[in-house]
Amino acid sequence: MTAPVVELRGIGRTYEGPPEVVALRPCDLVIARGERVSVVGPSGSGKSTWLNLVGLLDRPTTGDYLLDGVNTAELPDSARTELRSRRIGFVFQSFHLLAHRSAVENVMLGLLYQGGKRAHRRSTAMAVLDRVGLTACAESAAGVLSGGERQRVAIARALVAEPSLLLCDEPTGNLDSGSAERVLDLIDGVHRDGQTVVIVTHDEHVAAAAPRRVVIRDGLVCG
Amino acid sequence: MSRLTPVDLGVEVVAGLTQRFGRTLLTGLGTALGVAAFVAVLGLSATARGQVSERFTALAATEVTLERMSLGALDPVAFPQVGQDAVAALPGVREVGVSWTVPVGDDRVTARPGDRGDAIAVTAVTPGYLRAIHATMAAGVPLDRFHEERAERVVVLGRAAAARLGVSRVDAQPAVFIGAEPFTVVGIVDTVDRASDALLSVMVPSATASRVWGPPKSGTVTRMLVETDLGAAAQVGRQAPVAARPDSPELVRAVVPPDPHALHDQVTGDLDVLFLGLALVCLVIGTVSIANTSLVAILERVSEIGLRRALGARRRHIGAQFLLESAFLGLLGGLVGTAVGLVTVLVAALVQRWTPILDPLLVYPAPLLGTVTGIVGGLYPAWRATRVEPAAALRS
Repeated sequence: MTAPVVELRGIGRTYEGPPEVVALRPCDLVIARGERVSVVGPSGSGKSTWLNLVGLLDRPTTGDYLLDGVNTAELPDSARTELRSRRIGFVFQSFHLLAHRSAVENVMLGLLYQGGKRAHRRSTAMAVLDRVGLTACAESAAGVLSGGERQRVAIARALVAEPSLLLCDEPTGNLDSGSAERVLDLIDGVHRDGQTVVIVTHDEHVAAAAPRRVVIRDGLVCG
Repeated sequence: MSRLTPVDLGVEVVAGLTQRFGRTLLTGLGTALGVAAFVAVLGLSATARGQVSERFTALAATEVTLERMSLGALDPVAFPQVGQDAVAALPGVREVGVSWTVPVGDDRVTARPGDRGDAIAVTAVTPGYLRAIHATMAAGVPLDRFHEERAERVVVLGRAAAARLGVSRVDAQPAVFIGAEPFTVVGIVDTVDRASDALLSVMVPSATASRVWGPPKSGTVTRMLVETDLGAAAQVGRQAPVAARPDSPELVRAVVPPDPHALHDQVTGDLDVLFLGLALVCLVIGTVSIANTSLVAILERVSEIGLRRALGARRRHIGAQFLLESAFLGLLGGLVGTAVGLVTVLVAALVQRWTPILDPLLVYPAPLLGTVTGIVGGLYPAWRATRVEPAAALRS
């Protein structure tokens, strides 16, 4: 039996004050490999804190977090960075693409800090761009692409390192409905191919597409 | 382990600089101006120093003057012929000439007897004197051994003295009068390289002067002008008093040129300090410019830094990228500045008709100076970049 991708054991986050703020109350949660989970909650509920912890962008103040069976709690910063770059793919609401770089160069960034030959990174990036249907735009600067295309480039960048977990933060928040549908279809397809996907959103339509829903309210995770 | 190869780092640095090309150029300009000022100041200083040195060594550094006061009837001739010959025989000596101002009293020099005349100096000279001062003739011939040995009543006029006396040609053997004594003008000196007062005087053979007015009177200073080879002046200055007057060398004062290096160092040293100070100020401005622009760039690129951290960049990868961007900017500024500084030196030398002097030890490291400026300016911004927390940066 394979280990779950995400296993949270009493994980919580408190910001030292004054005043002290409990952003996320200790919670347990397991996300199995291949699952698709939506994390919902109103603004200020603790979604971003939860996403930062699961994405290894922040450290919990309590509890243990096992990613692919690796306990990240005591890992040094460099090991967490390594784990993050190989096991987690990020998709952000505001894309976070380098506007002056081409689409393929943006996708290659996903492999940049793993070493390897540049030519190999390029061919891998081109293959992923083909998967998201953007081969024709590969050499276009990211800044000239449409919103939907930019988010697909961002998804390609997140997938290029073949992560265990695709972590999407409001992936359709900046898109029109047509582009949002295409992006959700793409995420659907990725999930069907076996990718573990977590989507943090406050959009009910986006959340409803996931078979499992986790609700966060006032820092309390229910799911 | 997360890693970034040097090639990939280089690609990211170049991409980071070229995506804001205008700003990159303007930021590099500060360093370029600093390095250009640095190279130009040192280059111009070296060129000017070389020019001073060239002129100095060509004339003053090859000149030794011996002075001796006549003691009257007891010792009428300050530098006898045997002494002149002994000095001429010293190693490194090219020409030897003796001169003294003839005390003509109230006698005036005139072109015609009875004229009011001008107060023109009369100088007794040996034939070697005209050679030692590099006299060129506008007309006629210089005084020679024939005139000297036979104490001929001839004179050579300096150009200015000839003009005041109205003498412009010597082919008709014009005469001038010193007091009532007539002398035939055999030549007019056009130019001299040293002892320019010769152009204002009437020069008579020393033997003639002694015969007409007697030897130098007590208290008259007789000078022996010695032209030497380059570099021999100091040695000749030590030996010549003994050679000229072995019986009383202590009464001979030798005037030798000062150390040329010391002189031109003194001439240019003060300016060097001033302009070097200005160049350093330019470099500091360049450093601050890079630091300021890099800091602003980091604030603008916070989300990019956050993204790179999320994608696996370690703090040192971020620091190295931003520090290298600053260093590259400094190198670019250094290269442009060096080129501008060199052109400035060359153009200035061309305009002045000087020989440009550029020390390779100065020129080659100049771009590195720009690089160092970039690194120093980029240290703090790069450190700030490493402190960016990805979670906060990605929300910006």
